[in-house]
Amino acid sequence: MRKSIKSLASLALAGILALSMVGCGGGAESTGSKDSTGEAGKVLNIWCWNDEFQSRFNDYYPEVKEVAEDKSTTTLNDGTVVKWTINPNEGNNYQDKLDEALLNQESADANDKIDIFLIEADYALKYVDSDYTMDVTELGLTADDMANQYQYTKDIVTDSNGAIKGTTWQATPGLFAYRRSIAKDVLGTDDPAKVQEALADWDKFDDVAEKAHEKGYKMLSGYDDSYRTFSNNVKAPWVDDTTVVVDDNIMEWVEQTKEYTEKGYNNKTSLWDDGWTKDQGPEGKVFGFFYSTWGINFTLLANSLETPEEEGGKLEVGNGIYGDYAVCEGPQPYYWGGTWICGAAGTDDADLVKDIMLKLTCDEEIAKQITLDTQDYTNNIPAMEAIAADPDYGSDFLGGQNHIALFAEAAKKIDMSNAGPFDQGCNEEMQKAFKDYYDGVVDEKGAKANFETAIKEKYPELTEVKWDD
Amino acid sequence: MEGTGKKNNVSYARWGYIFIFPFFAAFLIFQLIPLVSTIYYSFFEYYRSGLKVIGPNPVGLANYKAIFESDFLKYMGNTIILWLLGFVPQIFFSLLLAAWFTDLRLRIHGKQFFKVVIYMPNLIMASAFAMLFFALFSDNGPVNSFLISAGILDHPFRFLSTVWGARGLVALMNFLMWFGNTTILLMAAVMGINPALFEAAELDGCSHLQIFFKITLPMIRPILIYVLITSMLGGLQMFDVPQILTNGKGSPDRTVTTIIMYLNNHLYSKNYGMAGAVSVVLFIICAVLCIGVYFSMNGDDSLVRSRRKKRGGA
Repeated sequence: MRKSIKSLASLALAGILALSMVGCGGGAESTGSKDSTGEAGKVLNIWCWNDEFQSRFNDYYPEVKEVAEDKSTTTLNDGTVVKWTINPNEGNNYQDKLDEALLNQESADANDKIDIFLIEADYALKYVDSDYTMDVTELGLTADDMANQYQYTKDIVTDSNGAIKGTTWQATPGLFAYRRSIAKDVLGTDDPAKVQEALADWDKFDDVAEKAHEKGYKMLSGYDDSYRTFSNNVKAPWVDDTTVVVDDNIMEWVEQTKEYTEKGYNNKTSLWDDGWTKDQGPEGKVFGFFYSTWGINFTLLANSLETPEEEGGKLEVGNGIYGDYAVCEGPQPYYWGGTWICGAAGTDDADLVKDIMLKLTCDEEIAKQITLDTQDYTNNIPAMEAIAADPDYGSDFLGGQNHIALFAEAAKKIDMSNAGPFDQGCNEEMQKAFKDYYDGVVDEKGAKANFETAIKEKYPELTEVKWDD
Repeated sequence: MEGTGKKNNVSYARWGYIFIFPFFAAFLIFQLIPLVSTIYYSFFEYYRSGLKVIGPNPVGLANYKAIFESDFLKYMGNTIILWLLGFVPQIFFSLLLAAWFTDLRLRIHGKQFFKVVIYMPNLIMASAFAMLFFALFSDNGPVNSFLISAGILDHPFRFLSTVWGARGLVALMNFLMWFGNTTILLMAAVMGINPALFEAAELDGCSHLQIFFKITLPMIRPILIYVLITSMLGGLQMFDVPQILTNGKGSPDRTVTTIIMYLNNHLYSKNYGMAGAVSVVLFIICAVLCIGVYFSMNGDDSLVRSRRKKRGGA
């Protein structure tokens, strides 16, 4: 009797275990099959690293029917569900996850395949020169469709065989955004033309920094603010074969930043950290920030508000320092960032991918509307020049200034011929290694050694670092 | 009768194997196979350049050579410093608290309450705790604003930009997270000591200190060894706290880069060869240190015992 009870009990236990295992497996299977035969129809997977493109898509793609409450999906008129996968960019996180997904693209279920992914200027070539991106002409986009786009936005995504692998809705010339109130105090004027005159080259920029310092202001917020103006004006790409060559222009940045730090011209912040963000807001005492197009309408605007939009703050003068910024060209032309839309090889929705690219990046009307609504600088030369020439156009955020006119000038000067696949890693490690130098923890030699170590860790294929100075 | 007895034994044994099977299956799939493949790939050149996979090409011991040519010893030193900075105060306070809480003469009230409170920090996820410290001790964070408004400092102290500030914060967090756990372990050990020993000591007029050093400490030595070894293993594998506190940078000047953070740096390019080699080296170091600690502390004991035996025999 006892024996049979024991074996019964153990049988029951084993049964429960087995059942629960089968149960889990079955559950996963059934949800999987529901997805692939679901009545909702097609799924379009889009991968990106923030909600910038998502909001452009939701607001301006004409086929959008409705957006889910949590914004994780967007439904189109034909029933297609757009699924958003957003992974933050920093420390290669976005690329790591994207790479993993792309390497599994072939074996993925039709509805899990990536259809569109976004890439940034700093690592565009890594994807452009791979088989994971589709030639846009293969998708159906013609050279005529893209005729109005800035040439550089096409050059950077052209692979070694001359095929264009992506397309963008924005051009990203950089400007210097300064505080009108502080400029008035320091220079006696807030007129963009006169401020530009005072900041026309680096020597003049240094002079203004000194004056600002005397009045109790900081010229720049942190160490990396002016980085792009130097790193974009280098003679050659970061990497030559397997050697990293540090351009002397980058060492100029090191020199300038060390000097600014020692003299107290900056606030010792780093890009994207709390202090940096705060410096752009109502409590900030920083003269200005180097920002490209997206930075002004997307980042700076949000940071300038006292009450954020999500908390009911309005975009109007009186909320924080809305209206207190203005832009000028600054000492050197540069660009920063930029986002390209790529069709992923293996997409099952080539027509839709083409249509999204066509509507969002080639349509003059939509491009114009995006700029008028959001102050973003779009990638359509006639549309931008029309706005630039419009005497009635002005940005409330920039105190009524027509910043598009300035961008239109700066966009012509963008040269991305020195972009390369290692840019993100090199830029990040450069800023990281020399932060210790500015902080006084290491000397210049130590910072250089740390940069070399970090680069060789990140890219085992790079064998040597050469300093150009 | 005899026959049924035999049958019984056989069937129970079979059930035993079935019940331990899930563990061995999980161990094989999730631990043994990854372990073996880690060792295997440490002898290969195997990484990703962009989206291109390079290798695996056998390179012999090249990865190991590269490790010892790099700053590996510096990261080893960082790791040990960070661990010691946290462990020394941890063991001190844990012993003190364990001795107080178990002292019959002190009669501390609300012991259960304090046990729960000191254990609390361990319940928070290390990464969440690191995020919290990152925000608290940032240049414009609450700690700095407090220090300034209280008049202690006149400008913010940049904790994370100075070597000992950053190291100190990592140590402080490890201390806060683990001293409760250690205290509870040591209390259990102290309570396992025969109370008659304490009573006898008191009758003989021992002071608190004498009781602590002559009775408590020697009696809890096995648990102390256990605490030391587990803490050392945890310390050598320290990752999440410094990684998140320094935003993955291990800065300033790579002085907060631990060995596992160094390993993690190689995963940027999915460098399985180098990362595997680092893991193997760390595995060997851990094993050597553990065996060393175990024998040095236990060896003492057996020596004493053998001496006693000799004396007894004589």
